[in-house]
Amino acid sequence: MTLPAIRVRAVTKCYGALQALAGIDLEVAQGEFFGLLGPNGAGKTTLISALAGLVRPTSGQLEVMGHDVATDYRNARLRLGVVPQELVFDPFFTVRELLRIQSGYFGYRHNDDWIDEILHHLDLIPKADANMRTLSGGMKRRVLVAQALVHRPPVIVLDEPTAGVDVELRQGLWQFVKKLNADGHTIVLTTHYLEEAQALCGRIAMMKAGRIVALDTTSHLLSSFASRSLKVRVELGDVALELGGTAAGEWVEFGFDEPGEVEILLARLRQAGAGVLELAVGGADLERVFVEVMRRA
Amino acid sequence: MPEASPFIGFRTLLYKEVLRFWKVAIQTVAAPVLNALLFLLIFSHVLDRHVTVYGGVAYTAFLVPGLVMMSLLQNAFANSSSSLIQSKITGNIIFVLLPPLSYRAFFAAYVLAAVLRGLLVAVGVWLMSACFVLTPIAHPLWALAFAVLGGALLATFGVIAGIWADKFDQLATFQNFLVMPLTMLSGVFYSIHSLPPLWQQISHFNPFFYMIDGFRYSFFGQSDASPWLSLGVVSLCFALLAALTLRMLATGYKLRG
Ligand SMILES: Nc1ncnc2c1ncn2[C@@H]1O[C@H](COP(=O)(O)OP(=O)(O)O)[C@@H](O)[C@H]1O
Ligand SMILES: [Mg+2]
Repeated sequence: MTLPAIRVRAVTKCYGALQALAGIDLEVAQGEFFGLLGPNGAGKTTLISALAGLVRPTSGQLEVMGHDVATDYRNARLRLGVVPQELVFDPFFTVRELLRIQSGYFGYRHNDDWIDEILHHLDLIPKADANMRTLSGGMKRRVLVAQALVHRPPVIVLDEPTAGVDVELRQGLWQFVKKLNADGHTIVLTTHYLEEAQALCGRIAMMKAGRIVALDTTSHLLSSFASRSLKVRVELGDVALELGGTAAGEWVEFGFDEPGEVEILLARLRQAGAGVLELAVGGADLERVFVEVMRRA
Repeated sequence: MPEASPFIGFRTLLYKEVLRFWKVAIQTVAAPVLNALLFLLIFSHVLDRHVTVYGGVAYTAFLVPGLVMMSLLQNAFANSSSSLIQSKITGNIIFVLLPPLSYRAFFAAYVLAAVLRGLLVAVGVWLMSACFVLTPIAHPLWALAFAVLGGALLATFGVIAGIWADKFDQLATFQNFLVMPLTMLSGVFYSIHSLPPLWQQISHFNPFFYMIDGFRYSFFGQSDASPWLSLGVVSLCFALLAALTLRMLATGYKLRG
């Protein structure tokens, strides 16, 4: 059995009376593309910080590639790359200086070949000698990603890397992260863009108030909730609502799991005389799953 | 990837800390040198003809080692404390918290960089003071010992202040109500033998007095206290403060939540 990339056991974190983490157990296997989802304040960043040794858990234990983050922090940190949520930077240095320095902190000199490769993949070559202060937010975000990769960590954690980032950069970034994953890196990702999580992550944990409230493969999560939708625009909206739909603007939306349910639903709408004007079938949708999980939790 | 070396981690942090002040050397080195020279210019102009110390040392000459040491101490403190608080406030402290740097390497790098800045300023003040008065160093090894130890003591104090403070004004409080008064009252501008007995007694409880006095001994071969006593006091203070700081760093106080 190979070691899990990440192992979290019974981790709690209290800030005074607030329980930011209320008992987290989690394993992420090597090579996974794992999503950590949850509303603001759910504890995602706290969990990542505990993994990175930035925060000491109140109780419990965390490992990266089998190395305890407290007792064997050297080996744990060498194997972990973290892209922080906050757009932090050191205004004193250029991009290249910063990456060289970051390599050095991890104990690597003469790392320029790899640094060039990262710069290339992140489209940062033209900015390599620019001072950090002069970069736009999106560029600073890319540098944060580069900094997390200087030591070629097998496990990479990205905490909302696309928050406030334009579409083009998001696409480019995901391309690169997918490549890293294909090359064998384990990826853990938090994001508020659920379409992104759905498209990228093989497995997903959903957190709420410091707990994991759903943990499954993405496809299983999608199929285990009423995750497809039938939307209809009808003459008599009230009638459709009485049949169990939910209003969505001019439309009424029904959730369903099996395609057969659609036939039945349409038949009942006709029987009730709702008068269907238009209809649309939505595919499996993580957003609906998320809303449902959060409602039930 | 080759084997990662912890020593390279330490060296890089030291290099980064040195580069940080060196890139703005006008403010971090040149400005304090100018400050000290202004003190020297004014005080010596006003007092030189009226005051002699140790029966024969002109006041301006007496002032030089004190000013050199004062500049060294203040800048060593300023370097480690301001670097840490800046990193904490901007959040980029995480770049040194994420890598596998040991807390000892962390301590050593911040303190050494701060001592280096202190020494640079000290050498600058001393060399420029030659424009007013020549003050050769009688005992260079004593000078080096007090400069390095005193600088390390204040650099360590700066690490504590930088970690403890959450805002710049808290740091300023440290500087204005502790570092400044203790330096000013340490005998930079006077021999404590010129003080009333009570104040002489009180001065002996001020660690800064021993740093300045011991350093001055290295110039003139004369001092208010024995240089060995001064060396002992300064070493002891440094050892205690270093132990406290290492403890803070090991537990992650204020740095690892
Ligand atoms: N340093 C801290 N002190 C006090 N409370 C904190 C601290 N850090 C996080 N919290 C609280 O812990 C909870 C979880 O925060 P966080 O992990 O940032 O959530 P998420 O990343 O999922 O949005 C929030 O209620 C937050 O306010
Ligand atoms: Mg967060």
